[in-house]
Amino acid sequence: MSTVATSQIKLTPEHTRRRASVRSRLQDALPKIVLAPSFAITIVFVYGFILWTIYLSFTNSKTFPSYAITGGRAYQRLWNWTFDVDPPSSWYTSITNMGIFGFLYIAICLALGLFLAILLDQKIRGEGVLRPIYLYPMALSFIVTGVAWKWFLDPGLGLEQTLHQWGWTSFHFDWIKNKDFVIYTVVIAGVWQASGFIMAMFLAGLRGIDGEIMKAAQIDGATTFQLYRRIVIPLLRPIFLSAFIVLAHLAIKSYDLVVALTSGGPGGSAWLPSNFMYEYTFKRNEMAVGSASAVIMLMTIVAIIVPYLYSELREKSR
Amino acid sequence: MSTMAAPVRQVSGGVNVKIVNRVVIYGLLALFALFYLMPLFVMLVTSFKTMNEIQNGNMLSLPKAPTFDPWLKAWGETCVGLTCAGIKGYFWNSIKMVVPAVLISTMLGALNGYVLTKWRFRGATLVFGLMLFACFIPFQSVLLPMATILGSLGRLGVSLQNSVGTSFGLGNPTVNLVFVHVVYGIGFTTLFFRNYYEAFPTELVKAAQVDGASFFQIFRRIMLPNSMPIFVVTVIYQFTNIWNDFLFASAYAGTGDSMPMTVALNNVVNTSTGVVEYNVNMAAAMIAALPTLLVYVLAGRYFVRGLMAGAVKG
Repeated sequence: MSTVATSQIKLTPEHTRRRASVRSRLQDALPKIVLAPSFAITIVFVYGFILWTIYLSFTNSKTFPSYAITGGRAYQRLWNWTFDVDPPSSWYTSITNMGIFGFLYIAICLALGLFLAILLDQKIRGEGVLRPIYLYPMALSFIVTGVAWKWFLDPGLGLEQTLHQWGWTSFHFDWIKNKDFVIYTVVIAGVWQASGFIMAMFLAGLRGIDGEIMKAAQIDGATTFQLYRRIVIPLLRPIFLSAFIVLAHLAIKSYDLVVALTSGGPGGSAWLPSNFMYEYTFKRNEMAVGSASAVIMLMTIVAIIVPYLYSELREKSR
Repeated sequence: MSTMAAPVRQVSGGVNVKIVNRVVIYGLLALFALFYLMPLFVMLVTSFKTMNEIQNGNMLSLPKAPTFDPWLKAWGETCVGLTCAGIKGYFWNSIKMVVPAVLISTMLGALNGYVLTKWRFRGATLVFGLMLFACFIPFQSVLLPMATILGSLGRLGVSLQNSVGTSFGLGNPTVNLVFVHVVYGIGFTTLFFRNYYEAFPTELVKAAQVDGASFFQIFRRIMLPNSMPIFVVTVIYQFTNIWNDFLFASAYAGTGDSMPMTVALNNVVNTSTGVVEYNVNMAAAMIAALPTLLVYVLAGRYFVRGLMAGAVKG
């Protein structure tokens, strides 16, 4: 419309100025306009939805959402289940499994990753071949990882069977079918998948250390062990932190691995809270309880991530 | 004292120790290489064996008479739920979902990163912080509301279909998944581009501005031509994540013909009816893994860089 106007009416300076100012105001606002959809989406679909989930956890929604607040009954039930040890409630199993899995997964990945990185950093011939071999599992989905290890750990087909054929007939390894040990198979598969990546993080950290410091320490007579314990590992502190964050995040989310590897384990004995949430929300028609468990998962992540992000962003803006 | 003694001690003490050290190091490295390769190796050889050979033979032995049949069967015949038409349809479902989701989220991330670094405004850090935190939430905490919204959109789609004749893609599971992956991928793509553009010289942008270049001209002519590495990293990262996703896929497209590959694979493998055909299962798993493995083989360097950028900022 404005183009029509300009061709017919002779423009006064007044007009030009107003048009220019509208245009320049638009130009000024353009960056915000471009960013706005993404930001709005994040606010609605992340923060809005989180509030929605929190709201649902205070209702008594079953199969369908119901929006009458009925208090913290879902949390009350989770709290009671937390102490239902004999027979263990699904929630008790889920959170103990989370403890076992989370601790072992993070600790082993960190230890193994650091160990491999240090080995690879000893001027190894063939590093270019080995590194991708350690790292490729990270490209696979939890589902494929689960399928591969399910086969490998199956007592009738996999490792046990193979060793029997090789003559070690007393070898016995049926963790994947044993309700007390099935969670450890999830640890094995999880470590297999992520440890190579943690190795790559540590290796990048090691390569970033100033060679002069190492040389100086060596000249001062430090043994290799001392060198790593006293100098290198302390210098890798930021990597430990980042790796911990990545692993904690993966651990709390690893729903797929349990599904593919164990189908939940005998009697749900391999459940993590993520499996608990999914089952209660979508299969057992206990939406409020499912939501409450999701809120608890979120709070756990918040407690770990927020201080980290806060310090990172503050450092950046300084 | 030590400055002189240490090098001497090393020279005189060490030849044997050094060789033993090397052997131990290489031995350990080889052992771990075996650990990482074993499951893939077993999967691969099993997928080329006949069922007979699997039941009577050794898991680790090479196939005596390699057969491609399990692969063909997995691709075109195996049963997923009740339909027995192989996994090919689901493979294409995943492609149809991955391509738009990756492109849209990457473009949005590039624009966001550009705004957040070169057109700073008050509160930009807060905006970024909020978007960044979204990367880390457990998706379980948004799963149910999203299901509700997608359900209502689906109903809207049906009534549009009845009244106008087209549903505009509302209620289509693949469209839904594209939307979900874009929404929850923006945080990561923005993070990647922001960190990359942060190091990009702002003077160039300022100079172009003085010369009268507009917001989009600067983006197209100056930023984009210099963004190739981060584009590769972001595309690979998003591709791997979205292709491998199982949670959203099973929640929003868990049944029927529109399942993505991961859900279909899980159905094939965990089916409880009939004889379990391990060779077909392994072939199906290999097919599901191939696209991301291929990306990893072809562009491993960028793959690692993407993972790192997602983990370690800057």
